[in-house]
Amino acid sequence: MSDALIQLIIILALALVVVAYAFGNSAILVWVERKLCGHIQRRPGPCEVGPFGLFQTAIDGIKLMGKQIIIPRNADKRLFMVAPVLSFVPPIIALMVIPFSKHVQVRDLDIGLLFVLSLAAMNVLAILIAGWSSANKYSLFGAVRAVAQNVAYEIPLLICLITAVMWTGSLSLGDIVNAQGGTWFIFYPWGFVAFLVYFITGMAETNRAPFDMPEAESELTAGFHTEYAGMGFGLFFLGEYTNMLLMASLATALFLGGYNLPFIELTGDGVMTELLRVFIFLAKAYGMIIVMIWIRWTFPRVRFDQLMNFCWKILIPVSMANLAITALVMKLGEL
Amino acid sequence: MDFTFATEQKFLVLIADIAFVGFIVATLFGGIVAVGARQLIHAVLGLIMSLMGVAGLYVYLGNHFIAAMQILIYVGAVSISMVFAVMLARPPEDAKAKPLMFATKIGSGAVIALFAAFVVGRAVIAHPWVKAATVVKEGTIRQIGENLLTTNVFVFELISLVLLVAITGSVIIAKRGRDNTDQQGGGV
Repeated sequence: MSDALIQLIIILALALVVVAYAFGNSAILVWVERKLCGHIQRRPGPCEVGPFGLFQTAIDGIKLMGKQIIIPRNADKRLFMVAPVLSFVPPIIALMVIPFSKHVQVRDLDIGLLFVLSLAAMNVLAILIAGWSSANKYSLFGAVRAVAQNVAYEIPLLICLITAVMWTGSLSLGDIVNAQGGTWFIFYPWGFVAFLVYFITGMAETNRAPFDMPEAESELTAGFHTEYAGMGFGLFFLGEYTNMLLMASLATALFLGGYNLPFIELTGDGVMTELLRVFIFLAKAYGMIIVMIWIRWTFPRVRFDQLMNFCWKILIPVSMANLAITALVMKLGEL
Repeated sequence: MDFTFATEQKFLVLIADIAFVGFIVATLFGGIVAVGARQLIHAVLGLIMSLMGVAGLYVYLGNHFIAAMQILIYVGAVSISMVFAVMLARPPEDAKAKPLMFATKIGSGAVIALFAAFVVGRAVIAHPWVKAATVVKEGTIRQIGENLLTTNVFVFELISLVLLVAITGSVIIAKRGRDNTDQQGGGV
């Protein structure tokens, strides 16, 4: 009994750590995004609350929690309430299989990558439910766009991931990182192409500008979350930033060698080495997130037909050709 | 069947049992919603719930790969396209057909359920149950891949043929639709 209880407590504690990390990550990222956006637009960004405006997000969080949650009269009440929860729980669960270092990983599932992808599929569902249940045409349009976009961009995304899985020969994220060692997958030309396509589709999947059609504020007020007030909106925000972290972490693990340095093998299992590994992993992941923020505030939104044509006519053929080339190279290497 | 667990594991087994019951409830409740909902979109969401319950049962059976694929394909792709189709269609004003009488509903439901229970029950009783082989941790994906390309290669190729036909058909339909809109002067 006591052994099982200890196991249970460990599981719960780990879950708590992951949830706390996801929340902290969102809080910091909101601040980073607003600060970077401010400087890109030649204004200081949040600077009143705390040093460099660091506590701005905390204050905003309290404000959101204090607000009334308004449910429109014609809305489908139960679905309206379920949608925000459905949008932020799956990405947090998916964080459990991300290998931040050799031992800092809650569970190394042997289908880790598939686990993340199947949870990421829930994101579309949440947006759909939110858009439909709001009983608002802008919300519905946002949801319809989100589905068309996410279903289309999921194809090149999966093909790129298959390329990386084929090269490393495993679906377990820990094994994928270990298989790369010092020679990251991105160092090969086909790995670089796969990474590039993955990065673009990842931005589209997380609905970030220039692919933020589902919530294009100048056309749809706020798209699928127009009717959400208070913490309902806050949960969508949390979901979006956790999804960004997830997408950047996957890219780090699959293409950027995870917690490995380039060309240098880190050996040893000491605490300091582990900390160094976590630092390397997070540096790569947050570097990518900063690039995503940079892109968001630099490029204007694309038109919807451009978005679709770009996916079906460029990204899918390129990723398929890349997959074929990778397979060919692997076969030739075997001979 | 006899399962024996060490006493210290009884607690974890209890949790697993609770999860199992939860999956069963999700599957059945989702199925009922899928059949009985008035709003079409509720029916599809009920179906999604049911499918996720089934995915949970796969996890319980120790096959994580099938569970992940179930969610990825059935929830992530098939159901989403169903919801999409429902949203694009106009909402039904009012059901035209007269709803069935309550007694008729219960009666027909009971007959079908009894028949299904009879068929499934006979199969369950007739089947000589052997203790399930312990799950080999590694190799499920490898095994599936090898089976697909050796033993079941015919089925695999047949499926790809079906998909090819489906893709070709949808391309032809889409092309015809594009021409029509062009004639009306509304092409993209």
